[in-house]
Amino acid sequence: MIKRSFLGLVKPALQYNLVPDSVQEIPVPRKVVLLLKASANGGPHGTLKVGDSVKTGQRLCASPDSTEYVISSVTGTISAIAPYVGTLAEKYTAITIDAGGQDEWDDEFDKTPSLDTALKFFQFAPGNPCFKPFADPEKTIKTIVINGLDEDLLLTANQQAVQNEAAKIKDGIGVLKKITGVDRIFIAVPETLVQQASTTGAEVKTVNAVYPNSLPHMIMKDVFGQVVPAGDTLDDAGVSFIKAESVAMLGTAFKTGHLPVTKVLTVAGKNGSTMNVKARIGTPIKDVLRACNVSVNDRDRLVLGGPMRGVATYSEDLPLEPGTDGIVVQDEADSAQVTDYPCINCGECIRICPVKVPVNMLVRFLEARLYEDAAAMYDLHCCIECGLCSYVCVSRIPIFQYIKLGKYELSLIETAEAANE
Amino acid sequence: MSSQKKLVVAHAPYWHDGSKISTKNYSIIIAALPAALMGISQYGAPALGVIAFAMACAMIWEIVWSLILGKGATIGDGSAAVTGLLFGMLLPATAPWWVVALGTFIAIIVGKQIFGGIGFNPLNPPVLALAMLVISFKGIFDFNESLCNYDLGFVMTFPLADLKAFGPEAIAKFNLGDLLMGRQAGGIGSTFGLGLIVGGLYLLLRGYMRWEISLSFLAGVFITALLFNLSDPEKYAGPLFHLLTGYTLIAAFFLLPEDSSSPANFIPMLVFGAMAGLMTVLIRNIGAYVDGVVFAILLMNLANPLLDKIRPKAIGKVVENA
Repeated sequence: MIKRSFLGLVKPALQYNLVPDSVQEIPVPRKVVLLLKASANGGPHGTLKVGDSVKTGQRLCASPDSTEYVISSVTGTISAIAPYVGTLAEKYTAITIDAGGQDEWDDEFDKTPSLDTALKFFQFAPGNPCFKPFADPEKTIKTIVINGLDEDLLLTANQQAVQNEAAKIKDGIGVLKKITGVDRIFIAVPETLVQQASTTGAEVKTVNAVYPNSLPHMIMKDVFGQVVPAGDTLDDAGVSFIKAESVAMLGTAFKTGHLPVTKVLTVAGKNGSTMNVKARIGTPIKDVLRACNVSVNDRDRLVLGGPMRGVATYSEDLPLEPGTDGIVVQDEADSAQVTDYPCINCGECIRICPVKVPVNMLVRFLEARLYEDAAAMYDLHCCIECGLCSYVCVSRIPIFQYIKLGKYELSLIETAEAANE
Repeated sequence: MSSQKKLVVAHAPYWHDGSKISTKNYSIIIAALPAALMGISQYGAPALGVIAFAMACAMIWEIVWSLILGKGATIGDGSAAVTGLLFGMLLPATAPWWVVALGTFIAIIVGKQIFGGIGFNPLNPPVLALAMLVISFKGIFDFNESLCNYDLGFVMTFPLADLKAFGPEAIAKFNLGDLLMGRQAGGIGSTFGLGLIVGGLYLLLRGYMRWEISLSFLAGVFITALLFNLSDPEKYAGPLFHLLTGYTLIAAFFLLPEDSSSPANFIPMLVFGAMAGLMTVLIRNIGAYVDGVVFAILLMNLANPLLDKIRPKAIGKVVENA
């Protein structure tokens, strides 16, 4: 954890981890758990049954016409199907597959580079690439930006993809152009990776490697000089972001004909050491940690993702998801604790906020549950969710949590209003 | 999915820069020590008594209040100790015990706790307490009257009182070096200019003080006093005299940048400091009070919520034109 220095006039810069560790592949686990998002058109149907045998790379979905699916990362048999609820009450079906020996590859994926193929096979790929905006007739995506930096500190999944897999990224860019028909493709990388990035064929843009500059909204502002209006998505601005690892994965998949079933992630232990491992998607976190020799004790904190924007989880049995870029284990003594002290108006948050949100006023409104006023007067929707305000807060107010809560409550209000109309 | 291990969950971020309110307040106490110690060395035991009693009283009022309200004790954050110390530093060494007890009561209970405690006080607590006492018991805060039994080897009249009563010729006897080194009459901890500046620089370098407020206040005092001085040197004292006398320096580094009663945005901080400087010199030169700092601070504290509305447009904010 980076602490405030003794002399605090100049704020410490939170540098991204720019030296990716070499990637170690960990063995195929005995069972994997895949989290299948509940489809808009109903719960689980009869398509999946306990006892079904599945092949590596097989597309599993609740019903034939469902748009949500998972890709089996092992060959074996389904041993359990259970409902699972995510941290923000998202509904999933957890499919447990017992792995049985040799990988047998499913051959449904036919290597046609089209948007339908991408939608059908690559939404569950590492880095969660999103191809839906390209199929949406209301949106015109003119630019694709490949993010060569991870969106959180410590993590290096994307940095290592640019450093070690530039050739695959180059293949991936070719595929991406065919799939989407978009020709303007940029790659955003830190200064140290410009050389590797320039071999990929995409136009290289450099990003100052200080948190939170790798967040898509910051890249849009700093690199492209285009501010995305609050409340709009990047798709609305005509830009699609994709992670470097996803592009490399696309390149590999269309070359070998095998769908991606592994995910590279950074594991940060209690002593601050980091290592990169490659594991099958769906591997229980327990198995990943065991392979890395990281032990977890009672009252420790287990964070999926990075230290600034990750999600602390309650169980080591949860699986690795395609979007899990890292696992951070924190000792109880090192865990940052929040307090219920009020804001003392010191202004640290205002000075560190990358989008100039008046956090001192915002947090007062959020504490008082005046979410609509917070959004209308104090720029709740401008927040790009970097977490720096909580990081510097002298009162240790969980500001970031209040902000997320405020956005969530507002989304509920909006949904309710839409339903009433 | 059950787990045998009990993990602690929380919302992101999982890192914190380690800053704490208590660290901040203890740093302020350390920064204020040089000036306070100088006062104690000059006036001896009575000064020590006033400062110690002020800190103790402030902390006792804080505890009493949290007991009455049944809230958790907030004494550990150091905020009451800072209030007590700063209030003690503003008093003359001869302040009677009941003034200290009453003053800290006003500062802690009336100035801070009835508004909700730390972070909610609209006015600077020690300054509010001082203002109420100055209005109520004039004699105690007239430094010429209260320090008349002291002879410390320098001019024992209060410089600003001399200026107000007799004009700039009367202050020729003060040289600026003496004023800077604390060889002047005044509050226990508010005369040693060098010590206050060093303490202020320490806070500034450690990032616990908003330099914008301090510097713009000093600039405000300097420029306003200079303009007065240029307009009529016979009538108005020079800017350096105003910077080094009265409560100017302790206000610049300890009173004005108090967190909750001052703005947090850049431009409002500059306006806040500069306006306070302007008000100070206006009150000193053409107002009724000898030292205008106290009322200038309170006035600007009141303007703070309005001032802090001047803020940069958030990036991405959509302005709807009706």
